[in-house]
Amino acid sequence: MNAVIQLWESLHPLLQMVIKGLCVIGVLFPIGGACSLIERKVSAAMQGRPGPNRAMPIWFAWVPVLGPFLQRVGVFHLMADGLKMFLKEDPLPGHVNKVYFMLAPVLAMIPALTTITVVPFGAYLDAAGHLVPLGLANVDVGILAVFAVGSLSVYSLIIAGWSSNSKYPFLGGVRASAQLISYELSMTLSVLPVFLWVNAPGGEGTLSLFSVVQAQSGSWLSWDGAWFIFYMPVSAVIFLVALFAETNRLPFDMAEGEADLVGGFHTEYGAMKWGLFFVAEYANMMIGSGVFILLFLGGWNPLPWVPLADVATWLHLTDQPIWLGLLSIVIFVGKVAGFIFLFMVVRWTVPRFRYDQIMKLGWQKLLPLAIGNLLFYAIVIAWLQPKI
Amino acid sequence: MDLLFYTFAFLTLACAALVVVSKDAVNAAMFLIVSLVGVAGLFVLLDAALLAFVLLLVYAGAVVTLFLFIVMLLDTTPGSIKPFKLATIVAALVGGAILALGCVSLYQRAVLPAPAVAATAPTLKAYAQQLFTTYLLPVQVVGFLLLIAMLGVIVLSKKFEVKEEAS
Repeated sequence: MNAVIQLWESLHPLLQMVIKGLCVIGVLFPIGGACSLIERKVSAAMQGRPGPNRAMPIWFAWVPVLGPFLQRVGVFHLMADGLKMFLKEDPLPGHVNKVYFMLAPVLAMIPALTTITVVPFGAYLDAAGHLVPLGLANVDVGILAVFAVGSLSVYSLIIAGWSSNSKYPFLGGVRASAQLISYELSMTLSVLPVFLWVNAPGGEGTLSLFSVVQAQSGSWLSWDGAWFIFYMPVSAVIFLVALFAETNRLPFDMAEGEADLVGGFHTEYGAMKWGLFFVAEYANMMIGSGVFILLFLGGWNPLPWVPLADVATWLHLTDQPIWLGLLSIVIFVGKVAGFIFLFMVVRWTVPRFRYDQIMKLGWQKLLPLAIGNLLFYAIVIAWLQPKI
Repeated sequence: MDLLFYTFAFLTLACAALVVVSKDAVNAAMFLIVSLVGVAGLFVLLDAALLAFVLLLVYAGAVVTLFLFIVMLLDTTPGSIKPFKLATIVAALVGGAILALGCVSLYQRAVLPAPAVAATAPTLKAYAQQLFTTYLLPVQVVGFLLLIAMLGVIVLSKKFEVKEEAS
């Protein structure tokens, strides 16, 4: 193991960055694609169907156990789908604004792949026994960077809808962007109590996501040990609802609205340009759930009051940074996977809202609730924190 | 570092010029975004990451979105822009002349202050302290201005019906 670390540290810093970035993209992109298969399987399970379970290359039937298993899971459907998207004719309708039409799917991917740089997804103990976050960049303005870059994703919807130059995509794009702008407010307000709590008076002040997880890593029955979802359930609910709206998932599926808008903003798209919108949607879902887990569900700590550092001591991993890092990533990714499952279950349970209901919920219910929640916690924290 | 600075500076200035020059309003809005991203990059080079991301969040994320929204709703086709009137040309010339005069006099007379050696570290606390102490009044005034603007929009856009006298 030490040889691996030495080899890694002998590389040029720029090369290290490039390798790390490519690793993260290399994981995020295929999982984004694979989520479509999981979505189909989950929907099938909820509707009492087997789901995709037929396709298989003929020579794969000879592989004893693995072949039928992969067929049952439907992996080859996913591969055929992906291959089809790359290979089929890529239509470019004659009536569209060509530059912006091709720019829109790219603009959908950029914020999705940029926000991941500031989201830490694991941690390890260094030689001095301090917890060090694993991530592409540990910036001090973490959550602000996520919101700032995430807010740029609205452009891909507007531009896709507008450049398609036809009625339904335009309506879908306008609806979706109005929805994104409305829910961004509640989302930002809902996380402020968390940072009020993390930034004790007299400190230097930080917005980093790593420090939020640190504030949830106390040992047994201490104040710091409980996750923020126990202290701030209202914040967590507001953030979760806004997250569904921001990622355009049902029941906030205004961007697409198949029933009334054909396919919404991507009606005119096909092949991999269409596929990019979907990979971006799943990537946004994963990053959004990651941020939720970091803020409210203790990040890479396996259980409330059981921080990662204690687990490392029990398992004798304190001087094994690689294994501890892998363990923390597994815990974090496991929580994200649970969240993706929640997204899918909600999608196949709750019917789509009407547009006026969405606007009413956003502006008349969530926003006042978020402001009241912030005021309440500002007073409580100012009163309580000096006493602990 | 210098290379990054020149890249971002060029990006900012070139896109800012294109915002003014481009005839299609949608193009102009898009160039404005790229220009703002360039400014954010310059802020990051100055170790002011917070300012950079606030700029992105407020301007690129919200303000330009609304610009783009309105441009698309109004559907301004490139040909629909009216040619300049005489009054516009005169006003532009006078404005340009005053700006040029200002630049020349700044270049010839002004003494730039020496760069502060030990500026306060750009922590979150430093920003907050400045905003809530030194610059409290400007912040309040700007907030009030925005409130008035919002009220004005509501008054202008709402149609008030004259109630007929019940006879």
